[in-house]
Amino acid sequence: METAIFLLFAALAVVSAVVVVAHRNPVHATMSLVLTLFSVAVLFVLLGAPFLAALQILIYAGAILVLFLFVIMLLNVQREETPYHGQPVQRWAAILGAAVFCGMLAMLLFRSSLASNGGAPLGPLTESLVSFKGLAADLFSVDLLPFEIVGLLLLVAVIGASAVAKRPTAEERLAPGRRLPEGPLDGAEDQPR
Amino acid sequence: MSGTVPISWYLVLAALLFAIGAAGALTRRNGISIFLSIELMLNAANLTLVAYSRLWGERTGQLVVFFVLAVAAAEAAVGLALFIAIYRQRRTIDVNRLNLMRW
Repeated sequence: METAIFLLFAALAVVSAVVVVAHRNPVHATMSLVLTLFSVAVLFVLLGAPFLAALQILIYAGAILVLFLFVIMLLNVQREETPYHGQPVQRWAAILGAAVFCGMLAMLLFRSSLASNGGAPLGPLTESLVSFKGLAADLFSVDLLPFEIVGLLLLVAVIGASAVAKRPTAEERLAPGRRLPEGPLDGAEDQPR
Repeated sequence: MSGTVPISWYLVLAALLFAIGAAGALTRRNGISIFLSIELMLNAANLTLVAYSRLWGERTGQLVVFFVLAVAAAEAAVGLALFIAIYRQRRTIDVNRLNLMRW
């Protein structure tokens, strides 16, 4: 039963991941990424991490990808304009990367300790691994400093994002030394539509 | 359900997802699509961490995934804001046309 669920959602994850990468329309790619993240969340549950599965759906599928969709629709991103011209460097880098990946996969498959979990079946799911309580206790005792730093990081990211994406004011736009943007001027989009 | 699926299967799946994401990040020209591929790679790394956390019966891997999720959220916010700013300047986010700093 567990194997069937794993195979189903692993296949779903791989197929939707290929669609994410291969689809030319960014909106469809984003929706497909939602499917991938859901499948991975199911695998998290199988691995005994239901809290992370919930976080994955809430934060990733719920917040981050909605942000992606907002930006895609705000910028009106169309299909890709320029054709793909890989440079020779990129091709060699791709071959090298694929070789490294195949080596890693071969290592994984032929190392008997991992292929059969060291000959012994996995231990049963323990209460301390699955429960939210253990995770929260660690978060607020052992990892308190990283936790606080992540909070600070999120604050900095919010401030930075709103500063970067802010529409420039009139005097900033006319400041000396600033190159006027190409294409239609910014003033054109200041008009209410 | 005490582990009928070997952990190595999860690791192979994570490696596959990572490779798909890497291929996308290297070959797409649309900035947003590159970003989506990077999110895919981050998620593959998370899957690896959770799988090892299951294998050793330790929650440290899950804690790291928690932090990765938070950093990914920050990264997405700042990155998308950068794309908005770039689009305002250049009217495109096609990375083949954003070659001002390319050697």
